[in-house]
Amino acid sequence: MSLKRNILDLRRRKKEAQQGGGEAAIGKQVAMGKKTARERIKAILDENSFHEYDLFVEHTGKDFDMEKKVLHGDGVIIGTGTMYNQPVCIYAQDFTVAGGSLGLMHARKITKIMDHALKMRVPIIGINDSGGARIQEGVNSLAGYGEIFYRNTAASGVIPQLSVILGPCAGGAVYSPALTDFVFVVENISKMFITGPGVIKTVLGEEISMEELGGALVHSEITGNAHFYALSEDECFEQIKKLISFIPWNNTQKALRFPTQAPSFPVSIEDIVPSDSHYPYDIRDIIKAVSDSSDFFEIMELFARNIVIGFGRISGNTVGFVANQPMYLAGVLDCDSSDKAARFIRYCDAFNIPIVTLEDMPGYLPGVDQEHAGVIRHGAKLLYAYSEATVPKITVIIRKAYGGGYIAMNSRHLGADFVYAWPTAEIAVMGPEGAANIVFRKEIDEAENPAEMRKQKIQEYKDKFANPFVAASKGYIDEVIEPLETRARLIHSLEISEHKVDRRPTKKHGIPPF
Amino acid sequence: MEENKPKYEVFVVNTAQYYTLLTKKHLMRKKWQPIDPNEVRSLIPGTILEVYVKAGQEVAAGDKLIKYEAMKMQTIIEMPFTGVIKEVMVSEGDKVRKDQVMILLEEEII
Repeated sequence: MSLKRNILDLRRRKKEAQQGGGEAAIGKQVAMGKKTARERIKAILDENSFHEYDLFVEHTGKDFDMEKKVLHGDGVIIGTGTMYNQPVCIYAQDFTVAGGSLGLMHARKITKIMDHALKMRVPIIGINDSGGARIQEGVNSLAGYGEIFYRNTAASGVIPQLSVILGPCAGGAVYSPALTDFVFVVENISKMFITGPGVIKTVLGEEISMEELGGALVHSEITGNAHFYALSEDECFEQIKKLISFIPWNNTQKALRFPTQAPSFPVSIEDIVPSDSHYPYDIRDIIKAVSDSSDFFEIMELFARNIVIGFGRISGNTVGFVANQPMYLAGVLDCDSSDKAARFIRYCDAFNIPIVTLEDMPGYLPGVDQEHAGVIRHGAKLLYAYSEATVPKITVIIRKAYGGGYIAMNSRHLGADFVYAWPTAEIAVMGPEGAANIVFRKEIDEAENPAEMRKQKIQEYKDKFANPFVAASKGYIDEVIEPLETRARLIHSLEISEHKVDRRPTKKHGIPPF
Repeated sequence: MEENKPKYEVFVVNTAQYYTLLTKKHLMRKKWQPIDPNEVRSLIPGTILEVYVKAGQEVAAGDKLIKYEAMKMQTIIEMPFTGVIKEVMVSEGDKVRKDQVMILLEEEII
């Protein structure tokens, strides 16, 4: 007896199930400018590396005539494959099957692959494209979401979790991406919100489009929910592949090592920064000037642009850069920038990635809106994250380091391993203008020409305090270095701290201010 | 490259002036306004079910002003102090936004 008949039967069944929602639904998906779930998985993983599980899973809905409906794979594809020849787990919701709606078995498939990823200590990538809970399955849908969130939290800081929003992601569904490490969105395709435009119109009478309410740009620029913004799905997949190249596969490993490459930034590091600290420049140029191949992979590029975060490599090893950006809001710290940097620092710490901090920061953003928005507790997140981090921590003070911001930006006092300053550094309790007004108030008020006296006193303060040498004389700065020495110092500091051990008191977990 | 040169704005941080770009979110922020006790505002978005007062009416502290429904819950807003209704800006069935002024009051000067 030949097995042929069984094999042909299997092939026929597979083919049918792999059609998902069928030709008409796939046609609609394509008309929206979207790829199908299966195409997306293939585009992200190494060629021919995808292995699918649970293709034949069927839904268990019994109400509202659901028992008569066949939903192939129950609207989600799960499986394993490789990226850079390293194993990863992946799932993709299939919008062509009942709008990618989440029922009990759909959720079971997702939690199955999540459990697998956690057990095998490999990254998990989730592609979200779903209308939301499957209403017909009632509370079972809610249970499904809850079980996903629980696993997201358990896996947090153990394996990398990437969420790719390639369609609607509304209501409870948004919280799985929000719990993961990185969220990718695509212009015109991604939509995330808790309550949609329909409900908002009914309840409030406010009319707003999906794009304006929770489109890709809104989440990249205003809310800070998304980390990577792309104009097309293909660009998004390139971003995923690039990110994966910078991060380790789990929290006990280090990121893939690449051959050392010299920076290729066209401008000398000495010529990037204006000598007058009131004038801006792009801090990313400094990062590029010290990174291998001048390759800097920025995260949350559009949100809280007054601080820059992202990955680069130094001597072939991944480092996380945190840098104030004088080009936006003068590089001040505020609620959003503290929050952005703090979470990134915790990411680096969880995944054994050394942190390089570049500082040029005039202080905290003054204003009622900031104070009332809780700049105290948001700002505290940054202090907490730096103090808590036990990975190698290196700071280079480029220009301004004033007041509370000096402490917050990975100062020696928060446990920095190496603190360097350029000769242009201004390390003081506040800027010369403010300080002169307070310290020399009497002299200025009593002078014949107060404006002239003020100018003179500002200069006096500047000469005496707004430099790196006062801090260096106390040992708060390890060395004042020339700009051109920066990369070499970073390389050496990273070599020295390769086997850093820094143990903290045993505890269940801390209570960071979030 | 010249035409791409960004337009820097003057931005003051603790008396020092810096040249920098502003972010969209920074430009979108609302200026803080002190709370005016004579304005009765909605706390969350909802629908007006009943208005108990008219303009010109004298009302004692604790009397009902408005019943409104928000998030499936009915709430009655009471007069915060004894005074006169200056203006009623909503009527039954109206949908109100968060923080919308619904009634203007005037404190009675005795």
